Amino acid sequence: MSDVKTYLREWAMPHVLCPGCAHGIVLRSFLESVDQLQLDRDKVAMVAGIGCSSRLIGYVDFCTLHGTHGRAPAFATGLKLARPELNVVVVTGDGDALAIGGNHLIHAARRNIDMTVLMLNNAIYGMTGGQAAPTTPEGAVASTTPRGNTEPNFDACKLLIGAGASHVARVLAVNPLEMTKIMADAMTHPGFSFIEVISDCPEYFGRYNKVGGGAEMLSWMAVRDEGITIPLASKKFVKTLPPSTPLPGMQTGVLHREIRPVYSGVRGGQ
Amino acid sequence: MSAAQLLQGNEACVKGALAAGCSFYGGYPITPSSEIAEQMVRLLPKHGGVFIQMEDEIASLASVIGASLAGSKAMTATSGPGFSLMQEHIGYATMTEVPCVIVNVMRGGPSTGLPTSPSQGDVMQARWGTHGDHPAIVLAPASVGEVFDLTVKAFNLAERFRTPVILLYDEVIGHTRESVVLPESVDVIDRTQPTVEPADFWPKDAAPAGVPPMPAFGDGYRFHVTGLIHDHRGFPTTDGDIAEALITRLHDKIEENLDEVTDVETFMMDDAELAIFAYGIVGRSAHEAVLRAREAGIKAGLVRPLTIWPFPAAEVAAAARQVDTMIVAEMNLGQLIGEVERVAAGETKIVSYLRVDGEPITPTVLLDLCVSGGGGSS
Repeated sequence: MSDVKTYLREWAMPHVLCPGCAHGIVLRSFLESVDQLQLDRDKVAMVAGIGCSSRLIGYVDFCTLHGTHGRAPAFATGLKLARPELNVVVVTGDGDALAIGGNHLIHAARRNIDMTVLMLNNAIYGMTGGQAAPTTPEGAVASTTPRGNTEPNFDACKLLIGAGASHVARVLAVNPLEMTKIMADAMTHPGFSFIEVISDCPEYFGRYNKVGGGAEMLSWMAVRDEGITIPLASKKFVKTLPPSTPLPGMQTGVLHREIRPVYSGVRGGQ
Repeated sequence: MSAAQLLQGNEACVKGALAAGCSFYGGYPITPSSEIAEQMVRLLPKHGGVFIQMEDEIASLASVIGASLAGSKAMTATSGPGFSLMQEHIGYATMTEVPCVIVNVMRGGPSTGLPTSPSQGDVMQARWGTHGDHPAIVLAPASVGEVFDLTVKAFNLAERFRTPVILLYDEVIGHTRESVVLPESVDVIDRTQPTVEPADFWPKDAAPAGVPPMPAFGDGYRFHVTGLIHDHRGFPTTDGDIAEALITRLHDKIEENLDEVTDVETFMMDDAELAIFAYGIVGRSAHEAVLRAREAGIKAGLVRPLTIWPFPAAEVAAAARQVDTMIVAEMNLGQLIGEVERVAAGETKIVSYLRVDGEPITPTVLLDLCVSGGGGSS
C-alpha cells in the first residue's frame, strides 16, 4: 500500500460523496494502480462526465477535465489524438455512459482509441436524486419507478464487447485489491479498455429499496457462486421476476481481451 | 505575391485554418459544409495535424475541445442541424475558456429544412443558441477571399480571448468558386502561457476583464477544468459573488476589447443619404446595388459588418444618424434587423427586405428599393 494521499488535491476537500458510497474505495484502488505503474502524473489526464462518479476527478492531482453529461469519451478522444503521450482515463457513471453517452462510448470502443474507461455502476442516478437508470434492475424502486422498474437493463460489458472494446472487465467495489490489479492491467493494455465497477448508492438505491446502507450493500456484492456475483442487492428482486428470467447475476474479472490495431486518427505518415 | 487560385469558399476556409496553425479537425458530415472535412483529411496530416470523423456533432465539438486542451488549435464545421447539436459544447467552451473555431455553413431551416440552399437563418442561434448568459464572437465573410481572412481571424480571436469563435456563412459562399490571391503569410496569435511555476499556478487567475494563461494538458501544469461555475483554482463553487465575477469577466474580456474584434466595412458612405445594411452574401448584392444606384444618381452607401456579434452598435448608430433611410436585407424573416432597430430607432427610417425561399437576394431588388427610397414602408 502506498501513500495515495500524495495524489489527492487536499485543498479541494471535503468531497461531495455520501456516507456509505463505495466510489471512494474505487478511487483509492485506481490511485494504487497509478502508483504501481509509476505513471508520470503530469501525463495522466482524467476525463469525466456528469454525475457522482464523475466528480471523483476533481480531487486528484492530475490534469482533469470535467466535461458534459455523457460526452467524456468524445473529449477524451480529442485529447488522446492531439497528445498521444497522455495516459487518458475516463471516469463515468452508468447513466452518464450508457444512457446519454451511449453513442460516444460505443464509438470510442469501436475505434479502439487507447484509453481506459472506468464506469462506476450504482444502478441509479444519484446526483439528480435517485431516478431509474439503464442499469436499474427490473423490479427495483427509483424515484421515477415508484412501482418498480419495468424496463430491461443493460449488460454493459456485453455491450462493450459487441462494440469492439479490446479489453473488458467487471470488478466489484468490495474487492479493492482485484480492482487495482485489473485497473493496472487495463491501463497498460494497448487500445480501448472498459471496466465496469459495481459500486453502490445507499442514499437512494439502498433507501428506496430498503436493502440497507453501504455496509449491507457491499456485503451482498461479496456473495459469489462459481464466479457469478449478484450485485446491487438485486437478489431482493429475484423473487419478483418470472421463473424463466435469468438470474440478474454478473460474471466478474477480465471478460474479454484481444490485441487489435489502435486508432489514432488520420495523421501524417499514413 | 502568391498566384491566383480558383477556390471554393469551403476550400478557402481550410486554407485559412492551416495558415492560422490549425492542427486538429473533428467533424461530422453535413451539407453544405462537408467539403471542409474532405479537404481537411487530405491537407491536415501533411501539416502535422490530426483529423477524425466523429459519431455526431456533439462529439465533434467535444473532440475539438479535448484537442485544444491538449495544446492544439482545433476546429469543426457543420450546418444548421449540426450547429444545433453543438450548442451544448459552445457553452462549455465559453465557460471553460477553451479556444476553438466552429464553422456553420448556413442552409435553410428550421429542422433539416432546405439542404444546399442558402440562408442566414442561424444568426440568432449563433448568438443565443447555448443556454445561460454568455458572450459570442461571430464573423460573417462575404466572399471566398474573406472566408480565408476571417478564418485566420477566427483562430486568432479564439486564442487571444480563450473563447469559441463562430464563422458564419451561407451555402452560396461555401460553394461558389472565385479566383483569389491568398497572402503568403498571415499574422498568427497563440494563447498566452503561464509565467509562474506549476506549484504556483491556478488555471483561472485573471484580472477582472482579463484572459488567464492556458498551458496544455501534459505540459507539467496539473489543473482542473469544469463547466460548473468555478473559482480561480478552476474548482466548482456555488458562491454567488464568484459566479457573478466569472460570468462578468467572460463578457468583459471581449466587450472591453471591441477594437480587436469589431470590423465593419462601409462603402460609399461619405455622402450617402441612403444606406443598405447587409452581411454575408447579401453584402455582395448590396455592394453591386450601391454601384448601380450611384450610376442612377442616388446617394446610396453600404454598411456591412464582418463581425456580426458582438453587434457593431456604435458603427451602425453613426451610419443611421447620417442617412435618411436604412434598408436592412437578410435571408431570414428578420434577425439582425432587431439589433439595427435597437441602435438606430428614431435616427433614420428603417426598411427591411427579407427572404426565406432559398434564393439569394439579388442586386436588382435592392436597387429597386434604393430607387423607391425603401418603398415608403418601414
